[in-house]
Amino acid sequence: MKHTVVAMVENQPGVLNRVASLFRRRGFNIDSLTVGRTETPHISRMTIVVDGANTIVEQVVKQLYKVIDVLKVSDVSADTTVMRELALIKVSATASSRSEIMQIVDIYRAKIVDVAADSLIIEVTGTEDKIESLTQLVRRFGVKEMVRTGCIAMLRSANGATKTSEED
Amino acid sequence: MIMISDSKKSAIGVSRENMEGKRLSGAQILCECLLREGVEVIFGFPGGVVLPLYRVLPDYPMRHILVRHEQGAAHAADGYARVTGKAGVCIATSGPGATNLVTGLANAFLDSVPLVALTGQVATPFIGKDSFQEIDITGITLPITKHNFLVQRVEDLARTVRKAFHIATTGRPGPVLIDLPKDVLSNEIQFEYPKQIHLPGYKPTLQGNVRQIKQAAKLFNEADRPVILAGRGVNISGAQAELKDLAEKADVPVTVTLLGKSGFPDSHRLALGMLGMHGTVAANNAVTGADLVVAIGMRFDDRVTGKTSTFAAHARVVHIDIDPAEIGKNVRVHVPIVGDVKHVLRALNDEVTPKRHDAWNAHIAEWKLLHSGMEIREREGKFRRERCNLPDCPHPCLSAGVRADRILPQYVVDQICKVTEGSAIVVSDVGQNQMFAARYYVYDEPNSFVSSGGLGTMGFGMPAAMGVKIGRPDKAVWAIVGDGGFQMTIQELATLAQDKIPVKIAVLNNGYLGMIRQWQELFHDKVYCGARLVSPDFAAVAEAYGIAGFQVADKESVASTIRRAMEIDGPVVIDFLVEPDTNVFPMVPPGGSIHEMIEDNGR
Ligand SMILES: Cc1ncc(C[n+]2csc(CCOP(=O)(O)OP(=O)(O)O)c2C)c(N)n1
Ligand SMILES: [Mg+2]
Repeated sequence: MKHTVVAMVENQPGVLNRVASLFRRRGFNIDSLTVGRTETPHISRMTIVVDGANTIVEQVVKQLYKVIDVLKVSDVSADTTVMRELALIKVSATASSRSEIMQIVDIYRAKIVDVAADSLIIEVTGTEDKIESLTQLVRRFGVKEMVRTGCIAMLRSANGATKTSEED
Repeated sequence: MIMISDSKKSAIGVSRENMEGKRLSGAQILCECLLREGVEVIFGFPGGVVLPLYRVLPDYPMRHILVRHEQGAAHAADGYARVTGKAGVCIATSGPGATNLVTGLANAFLDSVPLVALTGQVATPFIGKDSFQEIDITGITLPITKHNFLVQRVEDLARTVRKAFHIATTGRPGPVLIDLPKDVLSNEIQFEYPKQIHLPGYKPTLQGNVRQIKQAAKLFNEADRPVILAGRGVNISGAQAELKDLAEKADVPVTVTLLGKSGFPDSHRLALGMLGMHGTVAANNAVTGADLVVAIGMRFDDRVTGKTSTFAAHARVVHIDIDPAEIGKNVRVHVPIVGDVKHVLRALNDEVTPKRHDAWNAHIAEWKLLHSGMEIREREGKFRRERCNLPDCPHPCLSAGVRADRILPQYVVDQICKVTEGSAIVVSDVGQNQMFAARYYVYDEPNSFVSSGGLGTMGFGMPAAMGVKIGRPDKAVWAIVGDGGFQMTIQELATLAQDKIPVKIAVLNNGYLGMIRQWQELFHDKVYCGARLVSPDFAAVAEAYGIAGFQVADKESVASTIRRAMEIDGPVVIDFLVEPDTNVFPMVPPGGSIHEMIEDNGR
């Protein structure tokens, strides 16, 4: 099962190395790892998606806590979490296929951010599943290039537990 | 959030001018900080980039001991730390000096030993340029240190040193490395000792959770066949008295891990001896038969558990440890208690009701009597186990196929125990000698056995004993080593000679990498490839180093030579030519269940 672990870390040199090394060394498989700044200077936020049994993830969390620069770790795999990923997909597009692609892009509330004679770039944000399924749909036109940011996650506030209509 | 406020520690006895507010070099600041941490000895080896430090070191009341290889410095600091509870300090230069520390750091990491390793680094403008003797030592040691630092500005130095000592010595102790670029050591600033340090991501839990302690006590009170498994955590937290109180109050037998040795008196009526791969029959059977296992300050290493699926299969498990990551890592736990062993045991003692387990203990007494390898201390009393080495000895491990006039390694350890009346600190190397040292000396005094457990580092014994002796000059210190491991760090004999460190070294010279030979005999078709050793005359080697050396080839001289060594005021090497093919029994084959022991291979 996939787990999303969020770690707040002190922005020290080498902290990414410490965390990555810990995963490698204990044989935990990282699906994706993102690091970014937070509202507090000197503190970064890592979102790590790992594939493994509950007991493995429990070990991951405990081991992360042992890293001195790690301040707080939470397993946010519950459905009260907002998870987002961004992908850029460069798809082959001819005059005849372009409108069909644009229709799909529309349905997914994605955007076209670059158009060339024989291709276009789609920007899509959403859950992993959404990005996966959009990629599936445009694959038959020919995906020339693709990049994904990896997942970021945030717990909903207790009183905002209902999903808004913006969501997929 | 950790905020340590101030200055409990002061320099050692010497009143010195207060240097705060003065302009000092990084090297001086470093020394000022070390003094404030109570450092009295440093094991080190110089090189170009640490020379600014060596320039000022003589100005401070700290003893520098020049080792002959940086691995020796790390092991010596390690031994010193294990018996004093303080952080051991070692110094190496950049590049090869730093990489030579690696084995010693890994050793300290796996055994939770507080070390502060100071390494030189090329000056900051040269970092990342593959400069002469530049190596990424913080990268290399990242997985084998509790934490490490590269100090980039002299302004950060004092705070970093303070953090390093705090991290090394608190919680689950461990080695911390500080990498010191040459310019950081030579640049000057106005010295200010940090009033406090902030480590918001570091907060060890000391007190156990009250509800879980109550739950553990309940299991204690209900159990019919309880066993306590005590590990190094008992020695680290100094909880030997609390452990004894608990065992006696609840009448529970106690088995120890290799590093838990001396956490519970070997000659106590409730002592089962060591458990695991070379554990006693009584200990391994008791754990397998138990309905409650209370693990205290230990981490269920595979050398202890054997096959985990059958380990303590009928028992509920209470696990007390300061490191939450150890709980549930290898073995399923019913009641976890995270906290410092001493604190937790005190609380637990208050909750446990006095009880007798006569039937269970009688059962265990039978295992102790009937099986080999377990000395019958209860019946014979302390230091009266002469029977063990007679031809009619009931213990196959001591008698099988062995001529009575030959020296058995077990006998040597036993004699060292008798001559020192069990009051020495014994430091073992790794291999058969380690198991014999653990099994045949009677450890009744806290913290009297030092050994490389987690890493099993050959070459640890003698340099570690050096640090032990410096940390505990009041104690007789015996290093018990094999003819293989002794050669791995034998250069430290020069350090013993130069600094007149009176460590007594017993070489159990069996002409083999004995533990390797044993495994080859039992599991690898008796093909003794790479096991035979042809060694130099160790007594002559010792003499060449300026150290008293003896060779003992007959059994009659064993005790008298040990006595003679004790009388000599200085280091001594005794080369005991022991029976070449004795094995350590009982033995649990690797991956086997711990109650399925080979007790004797019938040779
Ligand atoms: C540095 C290192 N290399 C290899 C080993 C593997 N090893 C474990 S015990 C042993 C044999 C030790 O021989 P010796 O020092 O003569 O001791 P004995 O077993 O004969 O008492 C070896 C090679 C080790 N533990 N450490
Ligand atoms: Mg040997």
